[in-house]
Amino acid sequence: MTALVIAEHDNQHLKIATNHAVTAASRLGGGVHVLVAGADAKAVADQAAQIAGVSRVLLAEGPSLAEGLAENVAAQVLAIASSYTHILFPATAMGKNVAPRVAATLDVAQVTDITKVIGPDTYERPIYAGNAIATVQSTDKTQVITVRTTGFDAASASGGSALVEAIPAVADGGKSCFIGRSVTKSDRPELTAAKIIVSGGRAMGSSDKFTEVLTPLADKLGAALGASRAAVDAGYAPNDWQVGQTGKIVAPQLYIACGISGAIQHLAGMKDSKVIVAINKDGEAPIFSVADYGLEADLFVVVPELVASL
Amino acid sequence: MKVLVPVKRVVDYNVKVRVKSDGSGVDVSNVKMSMNPFDEIAVEEAVRLKEKGIVSEVIAVSCGVAACQETLRTAMAIGADRGILIETSEELQPLAVAKLLKVLVNKEQPQLIILGKQAIDDDCNQTGQMLAALAGLPQATFASKLDVAGDKATVTREVDGGLETITIDLPAVVTTDLRLNEPRYVTLPNIMKAKKKPLEVLKPADLDVDVTSRIKTLKVSEPPKRRAGVKVADVAALLTQLKNEAKVI
Repeated sequence: MTALVIAEHDNQHLKIATNHAVTAASRLGGGVHVLVAGADAKAVADQAAQIAGVSRVLLAEGPSLAEGLAENVAAQVLAIASSYTHILFPATAMGKNVAPRVAATLDVAQVTDITKVIGPDTYERPIYAGNAIATVQSTDKTQVITVRTTGFDAASASGGSALVEAIPAVADGGKSCFIGRSVTKSDRPELTAAKIIVSGGRAMGSSDKFTEVLTPLADKLGAALGASRAAVDAGYAPNDWQVGQTGKIVAPQLYIACGISGAIQHLAGMKDSKVIVAINKDGEAPIFSVADYGLEADLFVVVPELVASL
Repeated sequence: MKVLVPVKRVVDYNVKVRVKSDGSGVDVSNVKMSMNPFDEIAVEEAVRLKEKGIVSEVIAVSCGVAACQETLRTAMAIGADRGILIETSEELQPLAVAKLLKVLVNKEQPQLIILGKQAIDDDCNQTGQMLAALAGLPQATFASKLDVAGDKATVTREVDGGLETITIDLPAVVTTDLRLNEPRYVTLPNIMKAKKKPLEVLKPADLDVDVTSRIKTLKVSEPPKRRAGVKVADVAALLTQLKNEAKVI
């Protein structure tokens, strides 16, 4: 029984989401291999080889894999799928994009967003925005899984000494073509990897206010910035800041929710945070029912005050 | 060109579901059901393509119980031209739905299939990608912008950390993200008109698809409850708590 973890990377750096998926794979009880599919991605494979618990790294390099197009990455996974009992992807945009293609081609179901491994074919996963937890058992011969990264600690990035083996890259499928990417350049930590998150809701009132009020707090704390769906819908913050059922699932040490009412769909994305602080004028806001510390006050007054006192 | 828009009937997004006491599932009796919000965005996008003259026909399809006809009527009230219901009372998982849709894709030959990126009940995020794989089509998931020109579509996708743009050859599958559009309000005259639009009902057996579930749900339980903490009086008190009690800053 061997599990294959598909690495999340940008051809230079291995993303920490991979380490979380490795932990999930280790819990299955067999060996763990990692596939790095990319272009000029040797450095990524070397990083993957250091992860504790990984016994082999397969490196497929080619122009078809440079930009992570779903059709090509899926084909690459399928080329080696028969050697594995389990194929795991971190539940990132990449993982969610590719995993179902792999599963459907193998004619197996996919188990999305597992948060716990109960046995080699049995898992826990949240449904209904995390308002219920389902224990599910897959009856398929190959188990295709996406791993909710907040459900598993990251495997140590050092201590492993896996062999890196080059494998041939698949040819380009030819039906899709990468044009460009606009990735927000930021010195802040990534939302899903941040220890502290400062998040804003509809009460921020405007994009300018959002930036003006929350950025200094995030700067002081070395925090990532997040937003509720309402704030994203209103155009106050970019969609990749969205925390919630339909955005990112986060579990930082400290989550500071400013002017967020606490809709079900938002709570789904942050209720596993270690400590939650809610700042809201409305004392009845549902966010207070999950907050460890609630401050019932005007955020435009107290957030600057907080910044000044830090 | 034809567009196929699969739509799912789900528990309304405003409903907080309750887990049944016997752990067999969630209680969905007597709760409000609606079209999956991401599918509504998909219908809107297809109808806008029709209004721009790029698309000639929008076909809404739903798989599930007879009541999914209501969901299809909603899609037709937004502007879909006709509906197809693949009726079954069996639980349908994404792989089964993708197989059913693939048969319809073969039959109807749409150039585009637009559907929501995930359903808000099972939160699977699988059906579009699975359909693309089974039908041998390219995919553009999590779309926030869609331009169709000739036999290609250019799609801006929401990815971790920003946006990505790809072009895909048609026919193709596109799954919608939140910011693709804002669905219109359905007006009463359009609801009345939708009642007269054609709605065909098929059975999975008619399409020769085995919809047996591959994943068994052993139990459904309540998530661990997070208890409410304390209200603090002011910023100073908050900082004291964070530093001394929670020790997170």
